[in-house]
Amino acid sequence: MTDEAPSWRPSATRETLARRAALFADVRRFMAERGVMEVDTGVIGRAPPAERGLDALSVAGAGWLAPSPEHALKRLLAAGSGAIYQLGHVFRAGESGRWHNPEFCMLEWYRPGARMADVVEETAALLAAVAGTSVVERVRYRDVFREHVGLDPLAAGPAALARAADERGVAPPGAPADSRVFWLDLLMSVVVQPRLGRNGPVCVSGFPADDAVLVEIEPADARISRRFEIYWQGVELANGAQELTDPERARAAMARENEAREAAGAAPVPTDTALLAAMDHGLPASAGVALGVDRLLALMLGHDGIGAVLPFAWARR
Amino acid sequence: MAQFNTNQFKGGLKIILDGDPYTIVENEFVKPGKGQAFNRVKVRNLKTNRTVERTFKSGDSVEAADVFNLDLQYLYQDDEFYHFMEPNSFEQYQASEAAVGDAAKWLKPQDHCDVTLWNGVPLQVDAPNFVTLAVTETDPGVRGNTSSGGTKPATLETGAVVQVPLFIEEGEVLRVDTRKGEYVSRASEG
Repeated sequence: MTDEAPSWRPSATRETLARRAALFADVRRFMAERGVMEVDTGVIGRAPPAERGLDALSVAGAGWLAPSPEHALKRLLAAGSGAIYQLGHVFRAGESGRWHNPEFCMLEWYRPGARMADVVEETAALLAAVAGTSVVERVRYRDVFREHVGLDPLAAGPAALARAADERGVAPPGAPADSRVFWLDLLMSVVVQPRLGRNGPVCVSGFPADDAVLVEIEPADARISRRFEIYWQGVELANGAQELTDPERARAAMARENEAREAAGAAPVPTDTALLAAMDHGLPASAGVALGVDRLLALMLGHDGIGAVLPFAWARR
Repeated sequence: MAQFNTNQFKGGLKIILDGDPYTIVENEFVKPGKGQAFNRVKVRNLKTNRTVERTFKSGDSVEAADVFNLDLQYLYQDDEFYHFMEPNSFEQYQASEAAVGDAAKWLKPQDHCDVTLWNGVPLQVDAPNFVTLAVTETDPGVRGNTSSGGTKPATLETGAVVQVPLFIEEGEVLRVDTRKGEYVSRASEG
């Protein structure tokens, strides 16, 4: 078996590249009209994010390729930047598939003084302006999970969640039986998510707080985080939140994530002390959202994956 | 024992699940932005041909199945096995009735078959797409009728029965498409 040399040719057609360029221009126009300033923080950071589900690529002797510009943008917010956005490439080790590429284009923006509901509305407005669609449905995570899995995701223990996965034939071998986060991720991504957004983008809010890191917790119910996702045609398109401002909670959450990494046999990651110092200084109450631009373009153009909208997909890099 | 990591998964990869050999039909990487990554795969059981869906944690490894295909020459059948030979090494292989399955009715000694081996044992035998077989029994032919429609059953030397045009006589050698089980032409016209 010999591997053929990858083609030198682009993955996207000339026409798709033109649509891609037009989308970038539309996004920048939308942000400019709303007074959100473009920034371009570096792609290499001193420390990776703490979230256990993010695997950053390291750069020898320099740091880590950012899986999202979140930390740098929050340091700008703490320094008084006002509303900002970044449209640029981010990097995630090992994420390769129809809807994944280890390097992809992300639009991420933050508004000081905004609540989560404000950025949900702004995301809907963005989709209307650049994609000719909007958020057609707003549901709570708890309700949509109950509808498709038949369990209350806030109350169900890992054993009940594992049983639900097993009954549907989706439980993988070697699963960490006692991890609620693991089973929630599994059921959400293979049972619930494929059914979401078939009639247009849907906003799901109020994710379980189990793995929340830089996200505010619902004051009335500590089991719920103020996080939302937008799904369109079964694809995760955007993730946003009311941003956590308390540095002590951030420290505790980051430590917890590293423990989870080690429990799963992965190496712990260094803590981003610059972000924590910025939060110590004072991060303004803000809400923010990150949106996968390649996925948005692919869905707009009716492709069944992002390969056809990338200038060069991973296999042709 | 050889292993495949989920990041090597792709269509056609042969793996062992619950002790049986499977081939990957489709592999889908699934991952919530901030969460756990999974591989959802459609796999076909090479013994039963049934296709099922399985989920793996991305990064896990699965045992590789020692499955490969050989072009083997069919020799003969005895009470228990169908016997095949690799024409270059002369190495012989015995295939069970289950492995030969529907291919049995097309097998003529000397013909070559694509045989799937698992741990060196035939798992599946595919008859050649086209075979040439003699007619051993059919109603008398209708002379001169070489084009118009109408067919009749004909029994071939391997025991298979196919529909043939009315003009075909006993003893004639035919070309047959084994995938459809259909007469194609007289071998002399092939």
